[in-house]
Amino acid sequence: MAKINTKKLGLMGGVAVATLGFASLSLADIGDDESLIVNGEIEMVIETEAPEHLDGALRTIYSGWVFRTDETQAMQADDFDNPGMIFVDQARDAFDTAMGTEGNSCASCHENPESLRGVRATYPQWDEEHGGVQTVEMQVNECLTERMGAEPYGYDSTPMRNMTALIASVSRGMEINVAIDGPAAETWEQGREIYYTRYGILELSCANCHEQNYGNNIRADHLSQGQINGFPTYRLRNARLNSVHGRFRGCIRDTRAETFSPGSPEFIALELYVATRGNGLTVEGPSVRN
Amino acid sequence: MAENVTPRVRVPREASAGETISIRTLISHPMETGQRRDGDGNLIPRSIINRFVCSFNGETVLDVTIEPSVSTNPYFQFEAVVPESGTFTFTWYDDDGSVYEETADIAVN
Repeated sequence: MAKINTKKLGLMGGVAVATLGFASLSLADIGDDESLIVNGEIEMVIETEAPEHLDGALRTIYSGWVFRTDETQAMQADDFDNPGMIFVDQARDAFDTAMGTEGNSCASCHENPESLRGVRATYPQWDEEHGGVQTVEMQVNECLTERMGAEPYGYDSTPMRNMTALIASVSRGMEINVAIDGPAAETWEQGREIYYTRYGILELSCANCHEQNYGNNIRADHLSQGQINGFPTYRLRNARLNSVHGRFRGCIRDTRAETFSPGSPEFIALELYVATRGNGLTVEGPSVRN
Repeated sequence: MAENVTPRVRVPREASAGETISIRTLISHPMETGQRRDGDGNLIPRSIINRFVCSFNGETVLDVTIEPSVSTNPYFQFEAVVPESGTFTFTWYDDDGSVYEETADIAVN
């Protein structure tokens, strides 16, 4: 069951490398020859070559969908069965509702949610006007406060998660293509450093679980590669949508560390980096996971 | 008082006479059990959908008494034999007195 840490292979004889590299395929979930086609029409990429910037740390990237049981996987294949879609419908109502002093709704500028197709696939991205990397949540609040004269949503609040689920859902099937170069490069480096830093009493980094032990279990949790292409995700364990920063906070708290907050610069940098680890997979949000 | 309660159903549009079809229903509802406490330690009162009825051309197909153990957004999937063309009517009864209804037509050849 152990996945060979590719970094250690340099210490072993060169001959062994070629055969040991396939050890991870003996896991029951990866290589199951499954496919995810939502509603019989949206074809998802759940397995693909790892992006170049990973530099061999991973050779293949997998969507979190691959690691779940057949029953959980089936729930995502149909919008009627996907509990996350209930929240998308609630956000559709909010999209058409006038809020704030300007008397505008999202629809006043954006016409319909479908016009935002493409956003989820390329965010987080550099925002020239604000001189920083912008996440979808920040963009929603920018519209609310600067253009609608309304109160911002809490970064990890229910209405915000509903809205990001809607924005993700209209981009489903699109290839994730988040930029790592240009003005966002420095933030991206910060994010990468956080990803490989050990935190907490348990001294665990993201990489320890999601790069070196995906496919294995940590207690009762079946580890994925920690990709975020399916976020916000409907988790069966708390019967609601979960955001990226919410999950980051949960993970760092699980190492028994004082965690960063949703919306903090650290999590924005980390989200940018983790998003690019999934470049090549498709947008799946809202997905269904444990 | 539950907000944003939206029912939805999935019924095949057509079937052959006597065929068994699969029906799926879903209603978005928090299904507050009455066991949870809020931040101040007070019990949050029970507020659930307590009954779900499915009928076809006036005849009852399914009548479910729902208890607080059923979780948020109750989802029911069941099978029904369709003898003729007609309309399925789905009704959900809320603790607070609200009644939600949804219908679906089916053509039988």
